[in-house]
Amino acid sequence: MNAQPTLFDVPGPRARRRHAILTVLGVLLALAGLAAVVRKMDDTSQLEGYMWTPFLKGEVWTEYLVPGLWGTFKAAVISVVLAGLFGLVFGIGRLSRNRVIRWSSGVVVEFFRAVPVLIMMIFAFSIYARNQVFPNELNPLAAVVTGLTLYNGSVIAELVRSGVHNLPKGQTEAGLSIGLTAGQTLRSIQLPQALTAMLPALVGQMVVVLKDSALGYGITYLELLNWSKTLGSAYANTVPAYMVAALLFVLINYVLGRLANWVQERVNRRGTGSRDPDDTQPQPLVGIGLATEAAPRQA
Amino acid sequence: MVDILKNYDVLGAFWVTIQLAVLSAIGSLVIGTFVAVLRVSPVRVLQVIGSGYVNIVRNMPLTLLMVFSILGVSFILGLQLSEDTRTNVFRWAAVMLSVYHAAYVCEALRSGVNTVPLGQAEAARSIGLTFGQSLREVILPQAFRGAIAPLGSTLIALIKNTTVAAVIGATDAAGLLQEIVENETGTVTVFLIFAIGFVILTLPVGIAFTDLSRRLAVKR
Repeated sequence: MNAQPTLFDVPGPRARRRHAILTVLGVLLALAGLAAVVRKMDDTSQLEGYMWTPFLKGEVWTEYLVPGLWGTFKAAVISVVLAGLFGLVFGIGRLSRNRVIRWSSGVVVEFFRAVPVLIMMIFAFSIYARNQVFPNELNPLAAVVTGLTLYNGSVIAELVRSGVHNLPKGQTEAGLSIGLTAGQTLRSIQLPQALTAMLPALVGQMVVVLKDSALGYGITYLELLNWSKTLGSAYANTVPAYMVAALLFVLINYVLGRLANWVQERVNRRGTGSRDPDDTQPQPLVGIGLATEAAPRQA
Repeated sequence: MVDILKNYDVLGAFWVTIQLAVLSAIGSLVIGTFVAVLRVSPVRVLQVIGSGYVNIVRNMPLTLLMVFSILGVSFILGLQLSEDTRTNVFRWAAVMLSVYHAAYVCEALRSGVNTVPLGQAEAARSIGLTFGQSLREVILPQAFRGAIAPLGSTLIALIKNTTVAAVIGATDAAGLLQEIVENETGTVTVFLIFAIGFVILTLPVGIAFTDLSRRLAVKR
């Protein structure tokens, strides 16, 4: 936020007065919003002590929230690993010199990026359930992982491709000129640099995976959201249960987002030889834009 | 395949998807622009409100927002947007889709603001425009044009995310797929019908926005 003076003049007396009025207005507006929420919750007795005290008991955590978090993490971690593999295979496929491989990898990647994750999950679930591919209790997890892997794997494939494309041309030329084959150049020169450069984006993708794992709710996978629902019925405190779940999601993802930014800074400082596409951009107006963030996140 | 198309109202379900997408696209554009203005405003409190909104909404699963809007807000807090259950679900889904994607619209616009060179804001100030005027007349028009590509990806994500409304029982494409899968064998054909439906919805958007962003790019 230190770049603010670039967008505005140093405020004079009138501007300062205006800013003070806006500050008061902003605070009032925020308080009014908060008050409305609190009143609505109070009217429906959501703020009574008995609604919230269960969260002080260990039981609520050990019986509901921790299993929920475990379900969410399990799906997310398995999906990220598989998506990384999927992305690597199809990303390299898209870089192949063989036209058939390049073209078919492109179709696969573009297709799975265009299809909603929930559609893939519902379909995978029905296939697994009907054909008894997995033991019954594993079907929801398998379906969630399938959906997340196909979508995020395709996103990672694009990251791999653009990572390699953004490397300076000299890297490939140097590899070829010392007698490496194209494949060797890719493996030992281009990919290591591209992967380092895309590391922050990969961490950022974890946020997407964690959030999307909540889609498993729709196909009876027992993750945090589903467990919170059960918790809400068990203690008759649905609204507080969802609020706590939301808080947990926000906290975890916020920390992951910060981690992604930190990795980005590390990578920037280390220098990967990758061309920074932002170098050619006009100077940013506001220093708090996406340029400071690891990678633009997808919705 | 013909059976599926005959026995189920696939087009009707996709029509619901399109309605959801259009309504929430407008909603998220309005909310998102407002939040973006808060975030680039010179007033600290407004900045904090704006970035608080983005950080909270962006880190929350859309599924949670949807489920909470029905099981929490509608049923327990009693805030119904319609007497009719199906209309209530549809309206809440549109509201939550707008709220959720507004955070991404805000970030897209902010990245657009970043493409506007410093001199533009300085020039606007030096001819005596106020903050509001320079935002309205100089910065935002250029920012929107610079933000078209990220706005396009947000719109595509929004179209795909309308499917999440199915978890609260909306009768959109994903809801219909769930119904078909429960009643019949979920064959690859069924999957392909729905998958291709979404490709048809998102592909033109992608092409149009890439084209627009190229044509409207501010020549510098």
